[in-house]
Amino acid sequence: MDALTLARWQFGITTVYHFFFVPLTLGLVWVVAGLQTAWYFTGDEIWKRLTKFWGKLFLINFAMGVVTGIVQEFQFGMNWSEYSRFVGDVFGAPLAIEALLAFFLESTFLGLWIFGWDKLPKLAHLAAIWLVAIGSNVSAYWILVANSFMQQPMGYAIRNGRAEMESFWALISNPHVSVQFPHVITAAMATGAFFVLGISAWHLARAKDEETREAFRRSFRIGAAYGFVATIAVSVVGHTQAQYMTRVQPMKMAAAEALWETADPAPMSLFTVGHEPERRDLFAVKVPGLLSFLAHNRFSGEVKGIQNLQAEYEAAFGPGDYVPPVMWTYWNFRVMVGAGMLMLLLAAWALWGSLRASFESSPWLLALLVPAITLPYIANSAGWIFTEIGRAPWIVFGVMRIESGVSPGVSAAEVLLTLVGFTLLYAALMAADLYLLAKFAKAGIHPPALGAADEPELGTAGAVRA
Amino acid sequence: MDLNTLWFVLIAVLFTGFFVLEGFDYGVGILLPFVAKTDSERRRVINTIGPVWDGNEVWLLTAGGAIFAAFPHWYATLFSGFYLALFLILVALIVRGVAFEFRSKDRNPAWRATWDWAIFVGSLLPALLFGVALANLLKGVPIDASKNFVGGFFDLLSPYTLVAGLASLALFTTHGAIFLNLKSTDPIRSRSLAMTKKIGPAATVLLLLFVVGTYVWTDVYARLGANPGLVPVLALLSLLSAGYLIHQERMGWAFMMTTLAIVFSVATLFMALFPRVMVSSLDPEWSLTIYNASSTPYTLKIMSMVAGIFVPIVLAYQGFSYWVFRHRITAESKLEY
Repeated sequence: MDALTLARWQFGITTVYHFFFVPLTLGLVWVVAGLQTAWYFTGDEIWKRLTKFWGKLFLINFAMGVVTGIVQEFQFGMNWSEYSRFVGDVFGAPLAIEALLAFFLESTFLGLWIFGWDKLPKLAHLAAIWLVAIGSNVSAYWILVANSFMQQPMGYAIRNGRAEMESFWALISNPHVSVQFPHVITAAMATGAFFVLGISAWHLARAKDEETREAFRRSFRIGAAYGFVATIAVSVVGHTQAQYMTRVQPMKMAAAEALWETADPAPMSLFTVGHEPERRDLFAVKVPGLLSFLAHNRFSGEVKGIQNLQAEYEAAFGPGDYVPPVMWTYWNFRVMVGAGMLMLLLAAWALWGSLRASFESSPWLLALLVPAITLPYIANSAGWIFTEIGRAPWIVFGVMRIESGVSPGVSAAEVLLTLVGFTLLYAALMAADLYLLAKFAKAGIHPPALGAADEPELGTAGAVRA
Repeated sequence: MDLNTLWFVLIAVLFTGFFVLEGFDYGVGILLPFVAKTDSERRRVINTIGPVWDGNEVWLLTAGGAIFAAFPHWYATLFSGFYLALFLILVALIVRGVAFEFRSKDRNPAWRATWDWAIFVGSLLPALLFGVALANLLKGVPIDASKNFVGGFFDLLSPYTLVAGLASLALFTTHGAIFLNLKSTDPIRSRSLAMTKKIGPAATVLLLLFVVGTYVWTDVYARLGANPGLVPVLALLSLLSAGYLIHQERMGWAFMMTTLAIVFSVATLFMALFPRVMVSSLDPEWSLTIYNASSTPYTLKIMSMVAGIFVPIVLAYQGFSYWVFRHRITAESKLEY
């Protein structure tokens, strides 16, 4: 494999891996902040125990998100130096601002939160977790400003052989980020909600003591309401985003539907086995007019197909292949939407159960919600793979092709070495992360003592351990 | 001062902040196996930096982001050129960060020993490699006419850059030992005092070698003449007075002095570098400078406004965090890690 292919794999692997942790951080932090707020106002000890319980899981996950995020910031320069040179005047700014506005905020106040239980006044300590929540979500905004520039470049001009910033305002108010940011944030909330639901369900199916049951009853209700609102929201903003993408990146959406030829009305594919080199269906099940409806809110209306767009792009950008890998795009889009729909159904069921107080006696619901923790992870990963691969062959849509962005001085052997290195390291860390998450999730609201091996009484004295 | 110069100074300040702050928490990580004998002692050592190490590391991320935003060619050449060195730093920072969070979450001694080892190596490697990397900016690396690094990993290793790496390693370790002495009680306190007395002299010698080496192995003498100016002298004087203060056991002042030694050392390097950001060893014409590597005046102006507003805010709340955690970690302290 050449350096380009290896660098793409490295970006794919490290980014998808990084984004295993980010959504849970973004979504769960609001739960922790909300629980601590409930404790602050009611003084009810169960809220405090829940804050500690979900807070501990939050921290285990947060650490992984932070350290894998460093790779992301370095990687653009390491593997994609020509890209960095070409877009740095525009693209560097949101990354620097992200560090200055968001990373400092979340890391400093998280330190204050973890270690400040006895050192800060209660209100200041509560404020710390809210600032962590704001910091991490602000960080998502800035990194999506950067990604939106790659999806739909705005606020720049090509001068002196590179993209130069014309309008900072146009860059940060890119309409693409105003559909992408809500989609990512609500998806993260759904991730947090399913995490809370799944672990609460696990305990409700097993726990005997009333304190644990009460704690996870409350968690379950919170998770159900949060999950229902989040999955509805992620669907609505996802639909809006898809309609928007049909206008600004029609090729990506045509590939997402395996729509080879322009059609009016356009059918929606439920299942397609395609012949990609010849750009035709081998076997397909389609619903007539549905794609037109999704794109235009009516059952007629043109949706452009891959072949026609290819011709348009050739006219605009010169000869070349402008079609992304269709099956990757098609199936990842379907996996994302499919997982999202399952989540919507499960969240609705969980909410119904909690409104009728029947959820504790519904073994099916409780059993299903545990493996359902993985659904948002599947949807999040598939969504990013879809949107990044669907942009191919562009690294910056319409401006720079992927192969032009790779570092010319870095050899295939070097990329391979770091690719293998990161992958092995990440696999080992994933094992440790899952071990700890499972251990603390199962331990419930009475966590095990973690004191020093030589002085057990010392460790248990610190009942307030983050 | 034009905006290019302003951003050069800002990036130097970010690196200085990073080395002063993360410098002592690297030092603490490096000293962990030597100053702590029991598990509870190890926990106390780690807790001295527990609340602050992550915020300290953000200085590096911000410096990296600032280089990208203000000098994209510097970012592109540096990160693709120092490829394997940065990979090692990344691996170190990853295992170190995870180790702080994970090590105490299981009581299995093998689990804790593994993560403690990760903290040690994850602190030692960057403390060494950052010195090597920065010295390479000044010494010069093979950069061609199209601003691309055309060397390999071993081009980064030379007597001068290794001296710089060892100097940063020894300086951070001393800095960390003094910090630990200030933040702990016996026996950690007296052990870290003993460490400062062992490593401090080595740091002083290495820093002297680094300053002398800067005249011997780089183009500083040719460009700026024999008079080193005040800054490198102050770097050495600060470290010498730190040695004196350590023997007087006035550790707060000694910490101020190692802080100043780091400040003046980084300043020495950046002043010798200016207005270049990476020297080309192939042709001085191909060196990256604050002009040929920079972003547009518009981007620099926007970034200056953002920095002007937010840097003071960040300094204020980070300062607040240090104030909250100003007390010593004693055997009776509740240990969060």
